[in-house]
Amino acid sequence: MSDQSAVVGTVTEVFPDWFSPDSRPGYAGYIVPSERMREAAGYLKNRKHFDMLTSVTSADYFPEDRIEMVYHFRRSTGGEPLRIKCFLSRVESQIDSLVDVFPGAELQEREVWDLMGVRFTGHPDLRRILTWEGFAGHPLRKDWKEPFFEDEIKPYKSRWPEGKFIRAEEKNPLGDNLCFPPGFDPESWVPDKDEILYKSMTRVAKAGEDGMDSDTIIVNLGPQHPSTHGVFRMVARLDGETVVDLKPVMGYLHRNHEKIGERNTFLGNMPFTDRLDYICSMSNNFAYALAVEKLLNIAPPERAEYIRVIMAELTRIVNHLVANGFLMNDLGAFFTPVLYSLEEREFILDFFEAASGSRMMCNYYRFGGVVRDLDENMMSMLKAILERLPRKMDELEKYLIGSEIVRIRSEGVGILTPEAAIANSATGPLLRASGVPYDLRRADPYSIYDRFDFDVCVRYHGDIYDRFMLRIDEIRQSIRILKQAVRDMPSGPVLTGKPQYQVRVPAGEAYGRVEGPKGELGFYLVSNGKTNPARYHVRAPTFINLTSLAGMSRGNKVADVVTILGSIDIVLGEVDR
Amino acid sequence: MYGLGILKGLSVTLKHFILTFVDDAKRGKGRYRSPQGIAYKQSTELSGLFTVEYPEEKLPVPEEFRYIPFLVYEEEDGEKKLRCTSCGICSKVCPPQCIYIVRTVDPETGKPVPTPAEFCIDVDICMNCGLCAEYCPFDAIKMDHDYEIASFDRMKHHVFDISRLAKPVSYYASIRPKNYKTEEDARAAKAAAKQGTASA
Amino acid sequence: MKESLNSPGVQIPEELSGLVAITTLDRIYNWGRRNSLWPLMSGLACCAIEMICTAASRYDFSRFGMEVMRPSPRQADFMLISGTVTKKMVPQLVRLYNQMPEPKYVVAMGACASGGGPFKEGYSVVPGIDKFLPVDVYIPGCPPTPQALLNGLMKLQEKIDHQALKTDAHWYKKDGSAPIPVPILGPDLIDLRKVEQIRLASQVQQPASDADNNEVPHE
Ligand code: SF4
Ligand code: SF4
Ligand code: SF4
Repeated sequence: MSDQSAVVGTVTEVFPDWFSPDSRPGYAGYIVPSERMREAAGYLKNRKHFDMLTSVTSADYFPEDRIEMVYHFRRSTGGEPLRIKCFLSRVESQIDSLVDVFPGAELQEREVWDLMGVRFTGHPDLRRILTWEGFAGHPLRKDWKEPFFEDEIKPYKSRWPEGKFIRAEEKNPLGDNLCFPPGFDPESWVPDKDEILYKSMTRVAKAGEDGMDSDTIIVNLGPQHPSTHGVFRMVARLDGETVVDLKPVMGYLHRNHEKIGERNTFLGNMPFTDRLDYICSMSNNFAYALAVEKLLNIAPPERAEYIRVIMAELTRIVNHLVANGFLMNDLGAFFTPVLYSLEEREFILDFFEAASGSRMMCNYYRFGGVVRDLDENMMSMLKAILERLPRKMDELEKYLIGSEIVRIRSEGVGILTPEAAIANSATGPLLRASGVPYDLRRADPYSIYDRFDFDVCVRYHGDIYDRFMLRIDEIRQSIRILKQAVRDMPSGPVLTGKPQYQVRVPAGEAYGRVEGPKGELGFYLVSNGKTNPARYHVRAPTFINLTSLAGMSRGNKVADVVTILGSIDIVLGEVDR
Repeated sequence: MYGLGILKGLSVTLKHFILTFVDDAKRGKGRYRSPQGIAYKQSTELSGLFTVEYPEEKLPVPEEFRYIPFLVYEEEDGEKKLRCTSCGICSKVCPPQCIYIVRTVDPETGKPVPTPAEFCIDVDICMNCGLCAEYCPFDAIKMDHDYEIASFDRMKHHVFDISRLAKPVSYYASIRPKNYKTEEDARAAKAAAKQGTASA
Repeated sequence: MKESLNSPGVQIPEELSGLVAITTLDRIYNWGRRNSLWPLMSGLACCAIEMICTAASRYDFSRFGMEVMRPSPRQADFMLISGTVTKKMVPQLVRLYNQMPEPKYVVAMGACASGGGPFKEGYSVVPGIDKFLPVDVYIPGCPPTPQALLNGLMKLQEKIDHQALKTDAHWYKKDGSAPIPVPILGPDLIDLRKVEQIRLASQVQQPASDADNNEVPHE
């Protein structure tokens, strides 16, 4: 954290009452009084060039009366993140919103409000985001209990040795996953009809240049819609066919990942991370393993590092194949490109299946290594894939990028300027296609990426076509890394220490992140020295990338919105968690 | 010329289309519904038709493949003896907590007996993660390869009890030959070491 | 296909065997239905990716006549619930189901759709779509591999094979089937069939909970 102290060292001299180091053992970063947070953020941004607010989250320290807001700032030129915290009281949890300094905080602050109940004053649109309006309580607070609540932490006592099987429904008075506030009368309930949502959308009065007075209409796309890549909903206000304003509505796949994660053991979360971004389970595993390893202060053996990189890069290829395929689907090249990409994906999935036992839900990484070694057979399988892929990439390129339809529909559409991308905390291909060469593998290297020779891909137009091409470039770079990794892979063990099912993790906090295929995937963990995390937060790249969606869509035709969304490449398991 | 790009692209599809017939002609009958045909379809040399015609053709699953867990039992003179000692580790490690074990208690002494009285897995919760099999110290629970278990009624069929979970060692050895061999070797080595220390 | 279409027990003269098939109305009716099952595309979560793989080249379920997977309920024969059903999503799914024409079927793919799956304990997950829709086939697995899904779909065909026009075709009856009431999002999901129960349950709770924290009505 040398970077941090250098920066704030000077600040503490100038403003001694602004930044005080967080000196609790296992913790790092600085504590800022909550009423100063907005100014401090502005100062960091304007004077110290921390121009990206990568993550906004919070942690509940019940039974103490304290909620901590945790902010991670980054420089778009690289380096470690700077962690800033604010302490709030649980009763009057309120803090100034950072949206006007960092627009990228918008969705994240809504999430904190929804799940933790922290009010952000000055937030332009503070509504529930993952649950729905009218939902009772703020689920991530430690004293909030769900209907099927059984115990604070796993393992539950009722499973062994007297583990009589009983369905959770049978213990619930309503026989279902339901629980209502006392005295609730279902008949007098008026459900939310999305009126606030519709009202919150800008309504641009028609200039009336053609002398005609026309009204705007609201169109809902999704959640059951083929173009939304899952259960995602967009509400668009249209003037004719042009989008005047657009709001993403999510939460249709909110599966309480974080709440369940705080109950699980550290190891038990590993298979759950598979289900975040279910196309790239390996990189989810990777980021989570890195975060826990930071807490445990262990490092995997050499061979395991190589295997990890191999798996992560294969995952990137899989993801980009799928993303590009479905983007073509949205452009109207109905299914043929997807089928070609999925064909190549199957070979990689076969490899994953042979290594980990499952095609998609790999659960392959362990703290301090990986679960099992790759044998000779698998290595030759990998080599064969690496031999086939470049050939097929050429074919795909020939098939698609020359096509006039693709170019007309994607060039110059959905432009995201580099300034807007940075301000909106975009990461991953979305950021790099906008001309910001920011890749965590280079900007803040982790694992053994500093040993490989590869280029950070970057494109400069920030339109759909560039995002598409950038993914193809990245596939080629990944193949390059893979070839080096296969060449240099040493032999040896793949796990440090003994396999343990209940790891006791020293108290403290850690933020582990990787450059996932979709952007910076981070896990913020707080441990209180027990076997399960006290706070488990996922910094989901696609969730935050969606902040840019509205800006990119305004002024475009409604048919283009679909492709713009496709070019962001979202996965709902991660957006909604 | 406008449209040239599209034509170029379409030539790729055409190539795929023609290759199907070329490949069929080249490989003859053995390409479909034969073991070597399936092996070919999984190899990266594949060109032409990609489809595996389930149920006539089935892709073999790799050894590590995991679906629902099962319990291994040994057959000793016609009696089925579960390897499980009901130590409870699998139920503790299971992330969604879907393993339910009732330990057998000796009715006379009241002491626990190392075998489960009941062992249930709710397959509607199980996430096929394989952690139970990974951490069982007695190699008693393993991940099955049988995926053809769709049913019409989940209330009746989706809570697997011992009778449904128990499968013989021979079955385990057949689906996971390599794992089985390493485990047996380790066990034999351990036994030999024990003998060695005992005699010394 | 002739074997399955031809009704057993009726002897066809040898010289006609290639030309004529004698069958029952049930058989030909079901044969037509089972071989053109059109799914409603409703991908919800991780399982949807495996569903797409099943539709893609390697497994290709158009071999079963299922390739017409469209996101509109109007022409769909069955609904493939592939993934976690959340409380926020279930009203939409019920509405879609109501819009499907009879005869209609529901296939629950994966642990989540069948019974909540690993996320069952969560506060916003419906523990099994069968709480709302009548499910015909359940496919366990997380996620079911494409081959497991195909196996489940063949089970559905099997089920259709065993339906008789006379007894099972309730969709030709006058009263038909009533639509399922669409649940409402309240403080929790309000199932309109359970309104009375909900009121009772929340009344009982009142004295028990000491209402110490207004923020946390769940207890
Ligand atoms: S299966 Fe293994 S881990 Fe589970 S109770 Fe039996 S012996 Fe213990
Ligand atoms: S596979 Fe995973 S979820 Fe299933 S019983 Fe084993 S530990 Fe539990
Ligand atoms: S069953 Fe498993 S794979 Fe399918 S949706 Fe649920 S968690 Fe995802």
